[in-house]
Order: sequence, then C-alpha cells, then structure tokens
Amino acid sequence: MISADLNIILPEILLSVFAMVALLGAVYTEKDKLAPTLVWITAAVMAAMALWIGTSGSGTNEAFGGMFIDDGFARFAKVTILISAAAVLVMSQEYMQRRGILRFEYPMLIALAAVGMMMMVSAGDLMALYMGLELQSLSLYVVASLRRDSVKSTEAGLKYFVLGALSSGLLLYGASLTYGYAGTTLFSGIVQTATEGHLSLGMLFGLVFLASGLAFKVSAVPFHMWTPDVYEGAPTPITAFFATAPKMAAMALFARLMHDAFGQAVGDWSQVIALLSLLSMFLGAVAAIGQTNIKRLMAYSSIAHMGYALMGLAAGSALGVQALLIYMAIYVTMNVGTFAFILSMERDGAPVTDISGLHMLSKREPAKALAMLVLLFSLAGVPPLVGFFGKLYVLRAAYEAGLAWLAVAGVVASVIGAFYYLRIVFYMYFGEERDDAVEMRSSPVLYGLLMASAIIMVAGVVNLFGIEGAAAAAAATLVN
Amino acid sequence: MEEMLREYLPILVFLAIAVGLGLVLILAAVVLAVRNPDPEKVSAYECGFNAFDDARMKFDVRFYLVSILFIIFDLEIAMLFPWAVAFKDISMVGFWSMMVFLAVLTAGFAYEWKKGALEWE
Repeated sequence: MISADLNIILPEILLSVFAMVALLGAVYTEKDKLAPTLVWITAAVMAAMALWIGTSGSGTNEAFGGMFIDDGFARFAKVTILISAAAVLVMSQEYMQRRGILRFEYPMLIALAAVGMMMMVSAGDLMALYMGLELQSLSLYVVASLRRDSVKSTEAGLKYFVLGALSSGLLLYGASLTYGYAGTTLFSGIVQTATEGHLSLGMLFGLVFLASGLAFKVSAVPFHMWTPDVYEGAPTPITAFFATAPKMAAMALFARLMHDAFGQAVGDWSQVIALLSLLSMFLGAVAAIGQTNIKRLMAYSSIAHMGYALMGLAAGSALGVQALLIYMAIYVTMNVGTFAFILSMERDGAPVTDISGLHMLSKREPAKALAMLVLLFSLAGVPPLVGFFGKLYVLRAAYEAGLAWLAVAGVVASVIGAFYYLRIVFYMYFGEERDDAVEMRSSPVLYGLLMASAIIMVAGVVNLFGIEGAAAAAAATLVN
Repeated sequence: MEEMLREYLPILVFLAIAVGLGLVLILAAVVLAVRNPDPEKVSAYECGFNAFDDARMKFDVRFYLVSILFIIFDLEIAMLFPWAVAFKDISMVGFWSMMVFLAVLTAGFAYEWKKGALEWE
C-alpha cells in the first residue's frame, strides 16, 4: 500500500533527495567552486525528469488517501515547470558567475522550489496545497535576496517575504473557514458540500480568502503590488525564474483548487476570477506605459498576461482550462526568450535595464533585434505569431462561457498593452543614435535560447507543436 | 448547520470576552488615568545618569540565526514527543516517517555546521 503511494510521488522524492545530497556533497567538498557544475547537473536532472514524467505517466493515480493526485493536468504543468526551471538555470550560470553571485545553494534552492511547485500542482488536499506552496515560497524568498550586499535585492527579498507571508495568512484563513464548514480538507470532500450549484455563506468566505491568497501568488490585481519591486530588485536571472515556473505552478494550482474543490459551484467563483482577470489586464496594460526599466516593464507585462490566463479559468469549462494551459505554456516560452535577451544587455560589463539603451539596436545586432522583435510581437499578441493563438484560445473560452464582455475587454486591453511592446521595437529599428547604447554580450546559451524561443513563436503557428491536444487531454482530467 | 455552529459558541464567547476585556483595559487607562507629564518624568531613566545613547542599536544577526536554529530543534522535540508517547500504537509507516523527517533535519544541520553558521568568531 505505502509502496504504491511512494511510487506515485517518486519524481518528487528523487528531486528532493538529489537536492539534499548535492547540498551536502558541495558543502563538504569544494563549495562554490562546484556551483557551475551543479547548475548544469540540476538542469539536466530536471530536464530528464520532465522527459520521464511526460512520457511515462498515464491515467489518474491518487496517493496518500487522495492528498496527492497525479493526473494528466498535473503532468502537463510539471513538464512545463521543470523545463522552464532548467532553461532559467542554464541561462543564469554565466551571468551570475561573472558577477560573483553564483553560490552552490542557488541550484539547490531552485530544485527545492521545483519540488514545491510539483507538489502544488498535484495537491488534492488543502494541507498538501499549503505544504507545496510554502516549500516553493520559502525557496523563492531566499533566491530573491541572493545578492546580499545589494540594498535593492535584500529589499526585494524582504518585501516578497512580508507580502508572501500576508498572502499565506489569507490563504490559511480561507482554508480554515473551508475546513470548518465542509468538515474536511480533501478537495474531493469539499466539492460535495455545494448544494444546487451554490456554496453556503461560510464556504463562500473560505473560497474568497483562498482565491485572494492565490491571487497574490499569481500577482493578479489587486494583489499585484509586490511584483514590480521584486522583479526590479532581484538579480535578473532570478526575475526570469519568477516570471516563468512559479507563475505556471500557481496558475495550475488555482485551476485545480477551483475545479477540484469548488467544481460544483462554478457560478460562485467564476465572477471573482473574471473580476481579477479584468483588473489585471487593464492595470498591466496601462501601468507599463510609463516604465523605462525593462524589468519593471516585464513585471507589468506578466500581470497583464496573468489576467488573460485567468480569463480562461473564469470560463469555468474544460475549454477554459485547456486555454489556460496553452496560454501559460506559450507565456513561459516567450518569457524565457525575452529574459535571455535582457540578460545579454550590458554596458562596460555592468548589466543595463533601461530601454533607452536599445536605440538603433537593429544596426548593431540585426539577428538579436529581429528575435526580440518576434518575441515582443508575440507578447503583444500580434497575429500570426504564437502569442496571438494563446490569446485567441482564452477569448474563445470566455466567449463560449457567456463572458463576452470579458473577451471584449481583453481585446481592448491587448491593444493598449501593444503600445509598450511596440515602443521597444520602435527604439530598436527607428530610434536615434545615442551614446548610451547597450552592448549585447550573449553567451552561446543565451543566444541559443533567444533564437529558439523566437523560432518557436514563428514555427509554432503551424500546429502549436501539438500542445493543443496535450492541453485538451490534461484539461479533460481536471474538468468532467 | 445550526447545531454545528452551536459547537463553536464557546469560541465566540471567548472572542467577545477577549476583545471586550482588551478594549476595556486600554480605554480605562485613557479615561481614568491622571496625566501630568513633566520633562523629568518622561525622560529615559538610567540610574540617575543622563541617557547615554539611542535606545536603538545594532544587534548582531548571529543572535537571530541561533534563535531560529533553536526554534527548529524546539519544534522537532514538539513533534517527537507525541510520537514517542504513541510509539506502541503507530505502525512501521509512522516510525519510518519520523526517521525520514529526522534525516532531513540532520541534513540541514550538517549543512549549517559545515557552512560555519554555528561559529561565533
């Protein structure tokens, strides 16, 4: 019995054992000299694990009395999380080593955060949910302040920690209310407490607090205020990590909680999510216009993108979850490429984040400027690039669920948001010659990931590399 | 539902009393106390001397480190104690779960030891 359970969570066990063994191995031998090797080994382990989970798993398996669920939905999310975490790790190695902030704890913390995220997307119980969320969050607080001697980085870490603790408190309060009124923490038990498609008043309060706590983690408006400061203050490779894997994990957890635990009362939470989605899309689009720091700009961009992903969730249908998964997979791919570009920006060896340095980049670095142009168009959702199809999917899901107003608002916000993406393109191609221009110093890894991401955005229009089918199958295991 | 809510009545009463009592104690000081401040009374008292320096001072971060480590192992005991009391009734799964927990904790301890977090100077 117990061995069957352990077999189901074998990937999580192996990754955490790997992290602990590697941590001890490094601290008792060469310490930070091992860090570059460990980064590559961790990335390889994660990539291998993604391959393993993606190809071997089948069906829906429950472990530990339903606390841990391994289904198609969880596997889709895990593969995305592991691949993006591995990509960010290899991107960060050269950048962090040159600036002397590559410590051997860094890959281990990322690995433990990945374990937490895998736990989150597989949670079938409020306690398992919280455990995964905290394992992830604690690792992220530490990596946010990895640059200990920088005021901005420590401020980012502290801010993230304080607001993260507040959101955990909200989430726990919601969980305790839910437990009090449902009498169980198992999602499969909570879902049965809805009568005639509605929740009791107490459960409703629990639901709202749970949703608020998770909205913090996905940085949806009005719980977004930490995002720009943390993105700006954290070292750029860490920002790249924040923008990818944890977003996917939190969004998948959001979808799982809403559908698995409150799936019989879709009408009750759909309106809450729709409001979060509307506010995020507009604030992300409008507030980014005044930003000149590309990291802050990407923070607002990620807020807006979370709004679109939430639109898929608000639809409350299998199509909506499919749209959410497709959107998140595309978003993560675009962000890996964009951050590969941002990590290359520097002047006299120091990193640059001001977009004014990008003037006339197309003259100096035509290939990189072109790749960035493709990525920015895709982020803005300009057809026919892949980013457009992500938006099309969520708009369709919202429209078919009777949320036509939300879909229309999404299109309007997308047009507003296109301005700040296209402004960077304008600088790169039609700007003026200035003397504060950036030098692009890309290691082969950064160059490869930037180009690969841009090529995916173009080549993916043929069939989205088949993720539509995979996402549909994953969504079907969650919503039935 | 109503019956279940009634089970929570004691908590409600407790909260009402706790909040009420807290408010009464704070407000009583405002309403009843005699306030007649003068410079000598409100200045900091240091055994008859004038105040030496600011009350806010830098505090070595290692104190926090040690206290956090203490709390971790304190909580470990809090978990071990009921486990030991119920040792006869728990299965092998319960035994090995605790062993794994202790192993994970030991890994963290070995790391911080080697990292030098316990050295004072």
